[in-house]
Amino acid sequence: MSRVPWTPVVIVALVLLAPLLLSPFPFYLTLANFIAFGALVALGLYLLTGLAGMTSFGQAAFMGLAAYTTALLTTKAGWSPWLTLPAGVLVAALGAVVLGGITVRLKGHYLPLSTIAWGMALYIVMGSWTDVTGGFTGLTNLPAVSVFGLKLIDPKAFFYLSAFFVLVGAWAAWNLTGSRVGRALRASRGDAVAAASFGVNPATLKLQVFVLSAVYAGVAGWLYAHFLRFVNPSPFSLDASIKYLIAAVAGGVGSIPGVILGSGLVVTLEEWLKDLLPALFGRSGNYEIIAYGLILVLILILAPKGLWPFIERYLPKGKAKTPEGSGLPARLVAGEPTEVMLEVSDLTKRFGGLVAVNKISFQLRRGEILGLIGPNGAGKSTCFNLITSVYAPSEGSVKLKGQTITGKAPYDVHKLGLARTFQHPHLFTEMTVLENTTLGTYARTKAGIITSMFGLSRAEENAANLEAYRALERVGLAHIAQQKADGLAIGQLRLLEIARALASNPEVLLLDEPAAGLRAGEKRQFAALIRKLVAEGVTVLLVDHDMDLVMGLVDRVVVMHYGEKLAEGTPTEVQRNPKVVEAYLGEVVA
Amino acid sequence: MDWTVVPFLAADAVQSGTIYALLALSLVLVFAVTRVILVPLGELLVFAPLTYVFFLPGEVSGLELHGQIPGTAWLSAGLLLVWAVLDRADLRRAVGLFLAAVLVVGLAWVGARGVPLWLGWILAVLVVLPIGPASYRLFFQPAKNASVLTYLIIAVGLHFAYQGLGLVFFGPEQYRLPSILSGQTNLGTVPVNNQAFLVYGFAILTMLGLFLFFTRSLNGKALRACAVNRFGARLLGISPAQAGYVAFGIATLIVAVSGMLLAPLISPAYFQGFLFGLKGFVAGILGGLISYPLAVVGALVVGAFEQWAGYVSSPFKDALVFALLLPVLLWRSLRSHEIGEEE
Repeated sequence: MSRVPWTPVVIVALVLLAPLLLSPFPFYLTLANFIAFGALVALGLYLLTGLAGMTSFGQAAFMGLAAYTTALLTTKAGWSPWLTLPAGVLVAALGAVVLGGITVRLKGHYLPLSTIAWGMALYIVMGSWTDVTGGFTGLTNLPAVSVFGLKLIDPKAFFYLSAFFVLVGAWAAWNLTGSRVGRALRASRGDAVAAASFGVNPATLKLQVFVLSAVYAGVAGWLYAHFLRFVNPSPFSLDASIKYLIAAVAGGVGSIPGVILGSGLVVTLEEWLKDLLPALFGRSGNYEIIAYGLILVLILILAPKGLWPFIERYLPKGKAKTPEGSGLPARLVAGEPTEVMLEVSDLTKRFGGLVAVNKISFQLRRGEILGLIGPNGAGKSTCFNLITSVYAPSEGSVKLKGQTITGKAPYDVHKLGLARTFQHPHLFTEMTVLENTTLGTYARTKAGIITSMFGLSRAEENAANLEAYRALERVGLAHIAQQKADGLAIGQLRLLEIARALASNPEVLLLDEPAAGLRAGEKRQFAALIRKLVAEGVTVLLVDHDMDLVMGLVDRVVVMHYGEKLAEGTPTEVQRNPKVVEAYLGEVVA
Repeated sequence: MDWTVVPFLAADAVQSGTIYALLALSLVLVFAVTRVILVPLGELLVFAPLTYVFFLPGEVSGLELHGQIPGTAWLSAGLLLVWAVLDRADLRRAVGLFLAAVLVVGLAWVGARGVPLWLGWILAVLVVLPIGPASYRLFFQPAKNASVLTYLIIAVGLHFAYQGLGLVFFGPEQYRLPSILSGQTNLGTVPVNNQAFLVYGFAILTMLGLFLFFTRSLNGKALRACAVNRFGARLLGISPAQAGYVAFGIATLIVAVSGMLLAPLISPAYFQGFLFGLKGFVAGILGGLISYPLAVVGALVVGAFEQWAGYVSSPFKDALVFALLLPVLLWRSLRSHEIGEEE
């Protein structure tokens, strides 16, 4: 495996050469620096919007926090710029912690709305707090950054510094995208409920990414301040934030080269418009914003993925490898064969006046298959969602291996060894089958956002992929591991749901109508698969109303009717129970 | 604090709070029905009175405009024309839209030639009114089923475009407009502009009107149905697109009239709309962008807080108002338990 990774080599060579080629045109060198600053901010937006599905109209304000921090510390306290870099970034990150901390648990539009208000407020403070910030005249005479005694004053020298940060930023973003955390982010953007049932705490992750995007903006702000060696409020206004968002969206907010391309386009366009528009309207003014606004609107309507996909089409694609090596350590399975795994007692759920589930109690024992059946509307799915903590029960409790799990968040319940599938498959269509399955290993792996960014989690990542691949082999989907999950047949989707659950190495597997929509042959295969899993030590709770499947597969049945438990016993006992017959077939006419 | 200023601050607080309330109501209406957070509402608020400037006789406005047609009329007509082209499959509607576009320019031409004050006032509202529903058709409809987030980004883009166009149409100046009711009335020791009473009257009328519309009329009930469940509404034969036009239309009407009534008190300029709009948001967010009564309460809180902030530290007044959002969101966040299920 000693192939030269050509793509990075070519990129670095181009970056090293660019300033030499541009050196006869100092204006373009300055522009190149501004493109780099924009690219850093846009990379932050890639993480925020492209990966995590959030957005911010306040990135320039984070730049401003870092820029003013470094300006004040270097000019008034005499710090070295290399010390103010972490200080400035820290201040920007703290701003993001406050703003993000109070909005990440709310619906998606509160964060961007509050970033608008925040951007406006900070701009007013920068402009009006004259004693400290110098008001709109700003702060001047910032020291130059020096590297090994060499002062980076001319734009050519400074470009190497800017480009270094952009390359590191892009590399870290790329590492993060493919990692455990990146996968969890993409998953919670697509379907927060599914992600949470595999151990992902969406709020925590979102906050981390928001802070990370502020760090990117903070680095850009620091570079900006020491490039111009002067700060004033205008480059950190709401307009500027929108400009960065436009850059990211125009290039393609879902890809790393896209956002860098977008920064290049917008910065160049800005220079061009600055000359053109005042000439067009016959007086000077902030006319660019008309163009920005329209570009943003039109791109979102006409090409929501930006320009990069149009270029990407012509580039060679990388080939995915089948994972090899050893998998993750398995959960230690301990306990008596008939130990109570799941104990449901007096579970009740009321939706307003409607009692969907009324005092249901039953036990699931290790190594058995328990079927929960009942006609449509009997409350099976509600019961299922109560057990997995998607809903909080009105009364009653659920215990997993003796530990009460009611009131816990789904991601905490999952960590105790409970995995589920969904009645309507909750899969992530833009991810591959393997990536979908690897999400199942989330709770078994540890890599955090920082280890992932610097590529320190590769070993764990390989093990997780292998584990997922094995789960796919167990359900018979390994041959399509590298396919995208959209366009799979319903039978394959159901199997993929099970593979994802298996990848989490569960002790208890909860299946919500797993056979709905399957053909007769597929149902037989499915039953065989479940028997195999139970032989391997998994305990199964199955909700379905397919009598043939359930009666032939399960050890015991709980029958629900109108939210209440009607009967419990072996399949033969239940089938003879007159109340069950009545519920399913109607009353016997005397 | 000097307590003698409190009544004066309170009077100003009620005045600006009422405007924020009208904006917040419009925002909540549009958001509930279409999931669009209509950031450019503030621009529509100042567009109407700035258009009115062009319809004033020269001796009232103090400007020499030589019968020039305001840019907003061209914008309004242009949007209607594009709408007509987009809906060309429905010939009757397309022709109707085309005629509406011609009518808008015609009205603006008549207005600019010199009309009585009251007629100019009405013409200004009529010229600006189509911008709202047409924006919905042109910029939000094509992205239907987009996330709230995509709509929000589009809305922000539109705000920028309209604000920039405002600068092109009206320049950076502030304009003085004639009051409908001149003079002041003393409430105790506090003088209140008579014009402000028109704003209060309109606000009360709007709230009453919205209440009756939503509870009594079939159209209003259809809008509420769309707000609760778009899919379900569609099954019952309610067109969400139609509901969207109605919501944008009502919201534009409310803010345009609010802007006309407010204008003599503030001397409007193109850039002022956004700050009004943003404070309307802070108010709307107090009510979670869902509750109309809470939005009104929020607006009065914002108005009061703003006056207090302006008294304590005038340069940071707006910054403090926006900072008010933080405790509000914190309070909402502590009450929320769901795992962010997106619409």
